Amino acid sequence: MTVSVGWYVGLGAILFSIGFVGVLIRRNVLIMLMCVELMLNASNLTLVSYARQLKDIGGQVDVFFVLVVAAAEVVVGLAIVVSIFRKRLNATADDISSLKG
Amino acid sequence: MLHAVVLIPLLPLFGAFTLAIFGRKIGEPKAGWFATLCVFGSFVATVVTYIGLLDSKGINRSFDENLFTWMNVGTFHVNVGFLADPLSLTMALFVTGVSALIHLYSIEYMHKDKDFPKFFMYLNLFVTSMLVLVLGSSLLMTFVGWEGVGVCSYFLISFWFERPSAASAGKKAMIVNRIADVGFILAMFLCVKSFGSLDYKVIFASTNLATKGTVTAIVLLAFLGAMGKSAQFPLFGWLADAMEGPTPVSALIHAATMVTAGVYLMVRLNPLLELSPDASHVIAIVGIITAFVAAAAGTSQDDIKKVLAYSTVSQLGYMFIGVGTGDYVGAIFLMVTHAFYKALLFLSSGSVIHGMNDEQNLKLMGALRKLMPVTAVAFFVGWMAIAGVPPFAGFWSKGDVLLHAFEESPILWFFGVATAGLTSYYMGREYSLAFLGDERWKYMASKKAKKKAKKFEISLDEHVPHPHDPTYKMLFPIQGLAVLAILGGVLNLPFASSLHILEHFLSPVIGSNIPHYKVASGTVQWVLGIVDAVVAVGGGFLAYRIWSKDAFNPNLEPEFLANAWYLDKSLDTVVAKSGTKVANFSATVIDPKIIDGTVRGIAVATLAVGRGFRKLASGFVRREALIIAGGTVALIIFAGIRGGW
Repeated sequence: MTVSVGWYVGLGAILFSIGFVGVLIRRNVLIMLMCVELMLNASNLTLVSYARQLKDIGGQVDVFFVLVVAAAEVVVGLAIVVSIFRKRLNATADDISSLKG
Repeated sequence: MLHAVVLIPLLPLFGAFTLAIFGRKIGEPKAGWFATLCVFGSFVATVVTYIGLLDSKGINRSFDENLFTWMNVGTFHVNVGFLADPLSLTMALFVTGVSALIHLYSIEYMHKDKDFPKFFMYLNLFVTSMLVLVLGSSLLMTFVGWEGVGVCSYFLISFWFERPSAASAGKKAMIVNRIADVGFILAMFLCVKSFGSLDYKVIFASTNLATKGTVTAIVLLAFLGAMGKSAQFPLFGWLADAMEGPTPVSALIHAATMVTAGVYLMVRLNPLLELSPDASHVIAIVGIITAFVAAAAGTSQDDIKKVLAYSTVSQLGYMFIGVGTGDYVGAIFLMVTHAFYKALLFLSSGSVIHGMNDEQNLKLMGALRKLMPVTAVAFFVGWMAIAGVPPFAGFWSKGDVLLHAFEESPILWFFGVATAGLTSYYMGREYSLAFLGDERWKYMASKKAKKKAKKFEISLDEHVPHPHDPTYKMLFPIQGLAVLAILGGVLNLPFASSLHILEHFLSPVIGSNIPHYKVASGTVQWVLGIVDAVVAVGGGFLAYRIWSKDAFNPNLEPEFLANAWYLDKSLDTVVAKSGTKVANFSATVIDPKIIDGTVRGIAVATLAVGRGFRKLASGFVRREALIIAGGTVALIIFAGIRGGW
């Protein structure tokens, strides 16, 4: 029995929504970063599913790009988070608003 | 031998470059002799080319020397090349000849000037440009020379630029000429559009490509250029001011050569003029107005050089009457003889100015005949020649032009003869004031000198003028030109067809356009000639009777003539003053309010928009994430609707 592509896309959509809501409602910066990762991987899943469905390798190639960018993003993002925590303890996302226009 | 044509403009160019680089080292007077030699060499090259040209006959008597292609745009080519034909060589012969004499004269005249080598550098550069102008094989080459002589004229009018009047006179000449040059440039554009070329030969071979209206437009636009360069009504004010330059410059550039460039251009374009009688009529009318107006202004000038300046304008008017009535040979004939006698008059007046310690006011002269005998005789010859007293050169050339004016319309002829009378009168006045009458300069000059001596604590004797004839360097050119002014008429005597030397020589260029006499039979010609002579002698005699007795006749020098019919002043009011107003308006209103306002308005608006959008950047990550998410959703919905969801 084969699992139809709809399941995969549905799973991707659910994962994406979880990540999306997480970014919007959680204040802990680390959790928010994790949620972003979740959204990226949800879209990776969707890309792979469609690539298989449409017999187009392009979608899978895109996944590699996303993975590389995500890795780089984690490195930079975590570094920023660590340096913020060094300056002030217990900082939530809402406290870090020095980019206010 | 014909290839010597390249040397004609190159020799003075070489002189100019050498003097520009080593001028100070060569110094006075060697720089002057060197420059004179270069121009004389150019004269020799012209003679060699001329002899070479005599080998071929008729239409074939012309030689094209193409040096290289200047520009090559699609089907449009311009070559840097020289055209040696009877017309350009006639011009080149008298330009180089008169220039060489005036260079020689300048060596003494400019003696002790601090910029002696620079002066000769400019003179050589001028001769180069003038030769490019007359020898150029296309309208564009002529234009290069045209602008070259313009810029040299500017340098030389403002040569003594420490004097504000000289500096502004130079600027005036430049600006007036620039306005007229617009006409020349537009004429070239029209030529390219209608004939696809600027080459004279190509244009004249394809005149049938253009409609009559286009040809008229080309001729009139080129004539606008000629009106500026040749100081025609109403653009002649600059030439009177150009007398601020050194006298040899006035003689060479503002009398003998450069100002005739407009006449040359019109004669060169004669195949086009023949196709457009309307344009020819306009030229003749402008010519007669200029001749009369300027001659009248000449009767009331006090400056010895200003009389000659207005006289030049008036004579140029005659040349344009010749051009306008189809008498191209007469125009060139008058141009050549005018170069002789007007250069003679200017050089003689330079000798007077030199002898009088730089005094130019005729009212402060008088009785110089005994003290400067050679100059006086030379000036007398110049007077007779320009007045048209037989057998001097002016009689034949002016008679030729007036004859054709009579053919065209007796009114034109009448004003021409009236102007001839005025010409003889103002020259007679000038001669009488300078060389006859009382020694007014003794009283006036001593008064001036006393003042000067007191001011600078120098001995009085040094500054009382001791009028005297100059030495050979200035006298030889004067004498040479005097001989030419007497004998110049033999170039084209009217008595028999075989004596029309200039006409026969120029016929390949003028071609079938030589007019044939209709009304004027032999008898009429004799009568007209006698009328000319009587008017010339009468005008001169009248002036002699009035002005040798009393130098002060205010009634005969009305204010409006002394101011040249207030033409300059009215132009000043209409053009310059209103132009200043426009400039002021744009400086105080348009620039700060409209242009600056627009620029500042954009800055202010940008700032305001920025301030508005700044509020969106709250700095709260989550809110911004929501905005991004909302935007994404909105984009998806938008794309969905556009995609016909």
